[in-house]
Amino acid sequence: MAKEAAYVPNILRQGRWVPWLYLGPALILMSIFILYPGLNTLYLSFRNQNGSDWAYTTCLAGQPCWGIFENYRYALTSSIMRTAFGNNLKWILFMVSGTVLLGLLIATLADRVRYEALAKAIIFMPMAISFVGAGVIWKFVYDYGSSQVQIGLLNALITSLGGRPVSWLTEPQINTLALIVVGIWMWTGFCMTVLSAAIKGVPAELLEAARVDGANEWTVFWQIRVPLILPTIAVVITTMIINVLKIFDIVYVMTGGNYGTEVIANRLYIEMYTSYNTGRAAAIAMVLTVIIIPAIIFNIRRFRAQEAMR
Amino acid sequence: MNLEHFKRWLGNLPVHVVLLGLCFIWLLPTLGLLVTSFRPFQDVNETGWWQVLDPPRGAREYQQFCAACHGGRGDAIPNADLSNPDLVQRYRRSFTLMAALTQEFNGQPHMGEVPLPNENQAALIATYLRRLSGLEVRPRFTLDNYIDAIVGYRGTRNYRTDCAEGVQSVDLFCDWRDLGNPRGMGRALINSLIVTIPATIFPILVAAFAAYAFSWMEFPGRQWLFALLVGVQIVPLQMALIPVSRLYAQVGLNGTFPGIWMFHTGFGLPYAIFLTRNFMGSLPRELFESAFLEGASHWTAFTRLAIPLTVPAIASLAIFQFLWVWNDLLVALVFLGGTKPVLTYQISNLVTSLGGGWHLLTAAAFISMILPMMVFFAFQRYFIRGLLAGSIKG
Repeated sequence: MAKEAAYVPNILRQGRWVPWLYLGPALILMSIFILYPGLNTLYLSFRNQNGSDWAYTTCLAGQPCWGIFENYRYALTSSIMRTAFGNNLKWILFMVSGTVLLGLLIATLADRVRYEALAKAIIFMPMAISFVGAGVIWKFVYDYGSSQVQIGLLNALITSLGGRPVSWLTEPQINTLALIVVGIWMWTGFCMTVLSAAIKGVPAELLEAARVDGANEWTVFWQIRVPLILPTIAVVITTMIINVLKIFDIVYVMTGGNYGTEVIANRLYIEMYTSYNTGRAAAIAMVLTVIIIPAIIFNIRRFRAQEAMR
Repeated sequence: MNLEHFKRWLGNLPVHVVLLGLCFIWLLPTLGLLVTSFRPFQDVNETGWWQVLDPPRGAREYQQFCAACHGGRGDAIPNADLSNPDLVQRYRRSFTLMAALTQEFNGQPHMGEVPLPNENQAALIATYLRRLSGLEVRPRFTLDNYIDAIVGYRGTRNYRTDCAEGVQSVDLFCDWRDLGNPRGMGRALINSLIVTIPATIFPILVAAFAAYAFSWMEFPGRQWLFALLVGVQIVPLQMALIPVSRLYAQVGLNGTFPGIWMFHTGFGLPYAIFLTRNFMGSLPRELFESAFLEGASHWTAFTRLAIPLTVPAIASLAIFQFLWVWNDLLVALVFLGGTKPVLTYQISNLVTSLGGGWHLLTAAAFISMILPMMVFFAFQRYFIRGLLAGSIKG
């Protein structure tokens, strides 16, 4: 920053207001679309279904009531939201571990073959498809025909092996996992790309040295590669957690949150546009934001650290 | 092949098997979609897409029960020419066929020594006869699904057949006007383009100015303003939906294109500024210093130096924003809904209202995927670069 200080006078010649001219449009738009909505959502979360009065007016006599936090009582304790939290937790557990491990595996394997670019493009391709498109693709894979003909790939495979077809999207427990598989299919490419770049950054001499010392590939991988790319893995995990917490489209398209597949973001949408209850929707949005805050802090910290290194 | 070579190849074999296996699994679902979208709708519900190259249904049963006398093409017996649609018309259902098979012909049992087919087999044979005689034209591959999806056809056959016979539903005209049918993917494709192009350009433009200010201008609060920007990047979009749609309701922007452009711009900005400023800020300082020394204004430095040199970052950003907006469902659902349906909205409607119409759904989904796939494969390099800049280089 010392270098910059010497450089300031040149810039000041342009006048003090010029920077704000350049920043103005961005700041105004972000205030309208991010800052104001944030504050307004906070306010609405304490109001009733259409924002006309405080939330405690929606309390029913003889029922538990959290006063002005009544919407939060719904957002935190209602049975449907508890299902949603449980499912989001499942999503985080399985999807984050699935995408990161598969991404790591593919990045490592692809590093050793000549058709690396092609293999990576294939794994990465679902990233270009919308969740809606992926929903259609996988709904077809999961198709459950009650008659003898199974046109869904998965059930056809099962019946040809002598098993009984499964209704993947309505069977409780199985259906959330079936949706998570779609998420893994879509997001492994992201993890693979980022991790692959990190793997290529590991100095080849280091790996060679370990191999010369007699370490096998397994040891090289876990003792040298993984520790060296640990910061990147942490970043990928944070990013994936944020993405998974906000997961909406897959659930909306494939099950609509029915059959016990509800997630937080889908519930928010339903509260707002099916039940027309902005108070509850706002409270859910706030809860979602609060859950994500640790990730925000992590990202800012990381940014600061990188700025310091410059 | 020398031994050393062979050993290395063998050692790498598990790598190839696992990697190719994964690639195969990854491609399979999309392949199913693609194949299905080109199959006639009757086939889609009768057989799995992986059976697309199998002989037509009933061919095996025909061979087993009929081909010996009637011949492979059905015309071996002139009195009972199975390639004649008028004849087959009389036996097009399994029960009429069964009746014919149990009758005697010229004092001989119809089937002679061959045992009678059972009900299922007879149904399959009837299906095959309809196809053999040309009574029912069913090509292996067809473009009808795409036509039906584009014009928003919802009947039980297909648009071309209905129009040829003049029995189309009331909202179809059977001419170019059908391309604008609000239920069709054609209209949705246009709407998606109208939404996506400005929603890609605006945030990049606005972000370029802001990124320049963050990179090459000195002003109070620069550091923390930028840190705030980084944090704001991951505020969930859901948070903004309620207040903004209430705000839009007051000023009449709900269900309009400018409304959704502005929303995507506002929400795309933090990331766009972040990425552009990282790139712009790492340009050589000497370049700007000498420009300023020669009396260049910020405007000149911005338009002549910063923008041209930032093109790679802008390219990756444009691809990101394009894919994001094109593939978005939530924002389109909230701010446009059914008034100006975009592709994702239209498909999600098809999924819920028309559970079993796989021929239409797959075609519709593929229509929505063509453009992003092309963009992705053409600009993969920029896409990956942007991804890395956003998530690790910081």
